Amino acid sequence: MAIKIAVLDYGIGNLRSAQKSLIRAGADAQLTADPEVIAAADGVVLPGVGAFGACMAALERTGLDVQAKQAADSGRPFLGICVGMQLLYEESDESPGHPGLGILSGRVVLLPEGVKRPQMQWNKLQLTTPGHPLFAGLDEAWMYFVHSYAAENTDATIATADYGGPVVAAAAVDNVWATQFHPEKSADAGRTLLVNWVDWVGRRATS
Amino acid sequence: MKVVRVIPCLDVDRGRVVKGVNFVDLRDAGDPVELAAIYDTQGADELVFLDITASSDDRDTTVAMAQAVAEQVYIPFTIGGGIRTVDDARRLLRAGADKVSVNSAAVARPELVSEIAAEFGSQCCVVAIDARRSGEVETSLGPVPSGFEVYVKGGREATGLDAVAWAEKVVSLGAGEILLTSMDRDGTREGFDVVMTRAISDAVNVPVIASGGVGGVADLAPGVLEGGADAVLAASIFHFGESTVAEAKAALSSAGITVRPA
Repeated sequence: MAIKIAVLDYGIGNLRSAQKSLIRAGADAQLTADPEVIAAADGVVLPGVGAFGACMAALERTGLDVQAKQAADSGRPFLGICVGMQLLYEESDESPGHPGLGILSGRVVLLPEGVKRPQMQWNKLQLTTPGHPLFAGLDEAWMYFVHSYAAENTDATIATADYGGPVVAAAAVDNVWATQFHPEKSADAGRTLLVNWVDWVGRRATS
Repeated sequence: MKVVRVIPCLDVDRGRVVKGVNFVDLRDAGDPVELAAIYDTQGADELVFLDITASSDDRDTTVAMAQAVAEQVYIPFTIGGGIRTVDDARRLLRAGADKVSVNSAAVARPELVSEIAAEFGSQCCVVAIDARRSGEVETSLGPVPSGFEVYVKGGREATGLDAVAWAEKVVSLGAGEILLTSMDRDGTREGFDVVMTRAISDAVNVPVIASGGVGGVADLAPGVLEGGADAVLAASIFHFGESTVAEAKAALSSAGITVRPA
């Protein structure tokens, strides 16, 4: 049985790349806003591009904020990508007064002074939690970043990248994992990461 | 850590790559997907497709091309040329382009930049600036100081806009990146106009891509070290098989610039 992944489609930006790269990683990935499809999926992906507040508003408008929280609470594997990672936190300096999903503790802050914003480049990961399954075979991997804000460093951080100081590149708490970078745009390294995630979804689904 | 991107640029006309691309072992020199895949394999960090399709009726082919590239290429790519409206941008982004680049249409109507940024985010919105040295230029507001003037229509038509002021303005409107081409250097193989690149790079806090004039991989590093660019773009040195992206990266690296290993 193919591993079923629901990519939450709340009408923003280019979500096809995320879907396609998950299919390439071996999953049956669908763009969807249908609660039944999301509930039946083995794993759920929350992508995101653009401003934090605009993405949260779009999630709320489509009811996918509730769906995302339920999926994360269900214990099924959940992956946030880029702004989809940032939305998991409690709030962002980008959109004061518009709370995030609050699935992870902490806030999202502007990148440090003295560097160009957005960070729009490939950067090398420093794994802060060696051995995390998301990064199997990916020591010091290069990934593609496009962002002006990033999560504050918390206990959830599993990787950073140096951009005017260590910037949080990935986080994980239990079943909820997230990347600030775009694995779907990170060539072979990104593919390996998504294969790692899909494999993990498959192991969870059969266990 | 600033990690400089190497970006091959491909000209496309009605969905086909044009202008003398010449690789050995290429089955179809006009196939954007095949070329993009080769550059991806060589270690290109991003790709830019410049759409030179004359008729807007033929632009559907560009959308189809974006879709075909997005199906098979897993690095970011930008499409520029002929984007006049938010709807044009939307079609290309939905088809799978990561960024769109606007040029003449932004000069004609600067709000286009803020509209694209508001709808899709600044990270999608590149403004291409074609500029030439012009000493002091007379404008309706008097002489402009930087000595770099914005041109449109492929460098043929002066706008009277000061390039530095224009860069600052488009960033304030929401541009997330500047693609800066020296029309004095474009096609000359004399290297980047590093003075102009530095003037723009110092003026804005978004990434600047240096373009125009690269005649060999040794021309790339000055764009970064002297010009302050965040990325370097070249066309002919890659297309004619003179240099690979890996060689470009080796040249940058030996000049002390950090790049993603090819």
